[in-house]
Amino acid sequence: MAQIPDKLAELVDDFSSITDRNERAEYLIEIADRFPDVKVPPEIATPPYDERRRVPACESEAFVWAQEQPDGTLKYYFDVLNPQGLSAKAMSVILDETCSGQPLERVAAVQPDIVLQIFGREISMGKGQGLMGIVTMVQGEARKRLQRA
Amino acid sequence: MTDVTERGYVNPDVLVSTDWVAQHLKDPNVRIIESNEDPLLYPSGHIPGAVQVDWTTDLNDPLRRDYLDKAGFERLASRIGITNDTTVVFYGDKNNWWATYAFWVFQLFGHDKAKIMDGGRLKWEKEGRELVRDVPLYRPTQYTARERDDSQIRAFRDQVLRHIESRKPLVDVRSPDEYTGKKLHMEGYPQEGALRGGHIPGAKNVPWARAINPEDGTFKTADELRAIYEQEQGLKPDDDVIAYCRIGERSSHTWFVLKYLLGYQNVRNYDGSWTEWGNSVGVPIEK
Repeated sequence: MAQIPDKLAELVDDFSSITDRNERAEYLIEIADRFPDVKVPPEIATPPYDERRRVPACESEAFVWAQEQPDGTLKYYFDVLNPQGLSAKAMSVILDETCSGQPLERVAAVQPDIVLQIFGREISMGKGQGLMGIVTMVQGEARKRLQRA
Repeated sequence: MTDVTERGYVNPDVLVSTDWVAQHLKDPNVRIIESNEDPLLYPSGHIPGAVQVDWTTDLNDPLRRDYLDKAGFERLASRIGITNDTTVVFYGDKNNWWATYAFWVFQLFGHDKAKIMDGGRLKWEKEGRELVRDVPLYRPTQYTARERDDSQIRAFRDQVLRHIESRKPLVDVRSPDEYTGKKLHMEGYPQEGALRGGHIPGAKNVPWARAINPEDGTFKTADELRAIYEQEQGLKPDDDVIAYCRIGERSSHTWFVLKYLLGYQNVRNYDGSWTEWGNSVGVPIEK
């Protein structure tokens, strides 16, 4: 089985070493602040969005798009309609920064439970499922292309 | 939205407005408490002086599936600097869903000087009110809690079994897809923490958020709430009602609405909810 993208593996490692809850939160908030960089541009999609792009189970109303690049990789875009969906925004930034432009096999190897490694095991079931839904969608887009190839 | 006192609630005192909170930020007899689902919200900015109570780390027993005990509640109260006489005001994300959950747990210990800020975090933010990142430190207090009383507002699985045998009303506050069990089998959905989908026999499906005005998170008026729970669903104020969802958090919101805003005397929250019922051997399920 392929390894997950290197940048994601490094990031998960970074988070694994954080034991202080507040430190983890500060780090994730800094990441969420970069959300405007990964938000879907109007040339890709404008609201109201295609419901097929909606992340199942995400109550922050996250949406994911994947654009095929000339080199065969995918560039991911996101939106999170709930302005209070900070965790969903952080997860979107992490996935764009670590999975966009990466080999499809490696993106397809990303497992939803990285959410627990990044956010900590005390995250609520509902929140965890929503965030895992974003990962599943990103992973699924890569798998779809691999199956077609 | 109209003033809290003009909405016809049976117990309007249990709600305060954002204006009220803004006027009591420095009131030593009031403690503002934020309870969220999203763990990043409080550290990203909160009402000045507000403390955080986290449902996972503060309200639950770390080992057993249960709430904290008397000693644990006393430690929590001491940490957030409240005494038995402090008025606690909860607010949070998700239209106060987690705030009502924390409120419910505080009622298990009888801290009845408790209120919810109408509209929660959403309304406070929409009004452009101040949010700060400084985490306040309060002098630890001495708090004497009573033993946790699970008999009045909390329901357990066996009580729910007897409840359905007696054909008493239950309210399933989850989404229609959870209620029918469809969501458990939908492709792409993470598993729902239950082996079986569906609902407890006889339960009426009233998604919790129907009690809310989505534009600002405030509670609907008493007449609007009665239209949903009474005219539409047939509940009556003297009914013995049990509300449930997946783990008891969304249903604490409905519990709050029925008990305080509509004045129902006998409302309990079944916190085992679907993660217990949908995994239990031999209990009846309807789809």
